[in-house]
Amino acid sequence: MTQTLLTTPLTQWHAGHGGRMVDFAGWSMPVQYTSIVEEHNATRNAVGMFDISHMGRLRLDGEAAGEYLDSLVTRRVVDAKPGRIRYALVTNNHGGIRDDVLVYHLQDATGGSYWLMVVNAGNREKILGWINEHPMPAGVTMSDLTMDWAMIAVQGPKALPLLQPLVEADLASMKYYTGCETKVAGHGGIVSRTGYTGEDGCELIVGANVAAQIWESLLESGCDAGAQAAGLGARDTLRLEAGMPLYGHELNEEITPLQAGLSFAVTKGKINHPGADQVFSSADDPSLPRLVGLRLEGKRVPREGYNVVSNGEQIGTVSSGTFSPTMQCPLAMAYLSPAHTDPGTKVHVDVRGSELPATVEKLPFYKREKE
Amino acid sequence: MNPQELLYAETHEWVAVAEEGGAKVATVGISDFAVEALTDLVYIQFSKSGGDSVSAGDAFGEVESVKAVSDLYSPVTGEVVAVHDKLADKLETLGDDPFGEGWMLKVKIADESSLGKLMDYDAYKKMCAEQ
Repeated sequence: MTQTLLTTPLTQWHAGHGGRMVDFAGWSMPVQYTSIVEEHNATRNAVGMFDISHMGRLRLDGEAAGEYLDSLVTRRVVDAKPGRIRYALVTNNHGGIRDDVLVYHLQDATGGSYWLMVVNAGNREKILGWINEHPMPAGVTMSDLTMDWAMIAVQGPKALPLLQPLVEADLASMKYYTGCETKVAGHGGIVSRTGYTGEDGCELIVGANVAAQIWESLLESGCDAGAQAAGLGARDTLRLEAGMPLYGHELNEEITPLQAGLSFAVTKGKINHPGADQVFSSADDPSLPRLVGLRLEGKRVPREGYNVVSNGEQIGTVSSGTFSPTMQCPLAMAYLSPAHTDPGTKVHVDVRGSELPATVEKLPFYKREKE
Repeated sequence: MNPQELLYAETHEWVAVAEEGGAKVATVGISDFAVEALTDLVYIQFSKSGGDSVSAGDAFGEVESVKAVSDLYSPVTGEVVAVHDKLADKLETLGDDPFGEGWMLKVKIADESSLGKLMDYDAYKKMCAEQ
C-alpha cells in the first residue's frame, strides 16, 4: 500500500536543495542535505536550520483552557504566566507516555491569552483522539493549526545574531523556555527560546505561506556565518548528545516519565492527570528499567534494540545509539535494570555478536558552554 | 578501474575480473553510489580473511556510518586471496577512489555462474536511478 506523504511548506525547497527525503511519521522530510556530520557540526559551531513543521500545533482557547491542559499532563501548567513554555508528558491511564509535548501560554495582541500544545508528528492523531476522549470544559475550543503554520528551529551559538534582524522581539532578553507573538520578517508569528539540539537558539512558528521566504532569507544572511540547513539525521545525533529523549525510542506507552529520567517534568503531588498513581509508584519500583547513557570506545555503534549485558546476563536494551560527531566515540541511550544504573558502572553491549565494553554515564553527554 | 567495465550486484558491490596465474580473480568493492548513500562512514570491518571460502551472497564484512550499519556481500563464489585491511585506517579512500584504492576483497573464482547474475554498468545505473 502506498500512502501519500504529508508535505510541509518547505518540502519543495528541501527536495530542490539536495535533501534526501524519507517518510518520517507520514511526512516527507529531509534526513540530510550534505552529510549528517557536517550539519551536526554547523549546529554546534554556527547555526543549523531545521524544518520542524511536521510537529503538531494545537491551539486551545477559553478561560479554562489552561486547566484543561493541566488535566492531561504530568507537569503543572495552569500556573504558567503568559510567555512561559513548559515541557510535559501526556500520560495514559497506566502512567505510560502518550507523548512528550511543549505547552505554551501566549499573550495575543489584544492582551488576552491562549495556549498552544506542540506534539510529535507521529502522535498528533493520537493526541487529537485523546482530547476527544477527554471532553473539554464549556467555553474551551481547540484548533489544529499544524497545516496553517510552518515551524523552523534555528539552533547554534550564532542563532540569535542571525535571527534578531528578522524578528521584532528582543531575543537576548528572552529567557530559556519563554515565547511570544512577534513579527517575523514583517509577518505575524511566534518565537520561542526552545530547541532540541543542546544549543542556544529559537524556534519560529510562521504562516505556511511565508515560510519558504523566511527560510531562504535566513539561510542567505547566515551563509557567511556558517549557517546550514540541517536534516533529521543531525537532529537525532544532536539530541542524543544532549541527552534528550525521542518518542518511539526512549519514550512509549509502556514507559513512565520517571523511568525515562524526566522527573523535572513531573510535578510532585499533582494527581489530576491520567495514570498519576502509576507515574509516582514507578519511582521506586525495582522491576522497572531506567534510562541511562552509555559511552563506548572504538568505532562500532550500539544500535536500537541491541542487548546490554553484565556477567553474561541481559540487563537492558539500547534505545538509541550513534557515533557522536562531537565526542568522536559511540554513544547510546539504554534502559537498564536499576541495579546497574550508577554512573561509572561497567557493562557490555552485544554489537552484532561482539560484547563491547561500555560505561554507564549520567545524561546528558553534551552540555554547551554558557557565556 | 573504469566503472563502465565492471559488473555490479544489487547490493551495490562492484566486481572486476582478471586472469592471475591461470585463475580468474575477482576484485570487489562498493560503488560510488553506495558510498554516497552511506555518507559519514566511521568504521569498516572484514569478517573474512585470506584462505576463507566465500559463496556469492555471503557477508564478508560490515561498514558503519553515523546513521546505520550495512553488511558487505560477496558477489562471487570462491576462495578469498586478499582483504584490504588497511582500508579501516583510511576510510576516506572509499569516497576518493571507490573503484580503485577503495577495493575491499579479492576472490579466486571457483564457480563462474555467480558472475552471470551480476549487472553491467548500464543496468546498474538504471537500478540506482530508480532508488
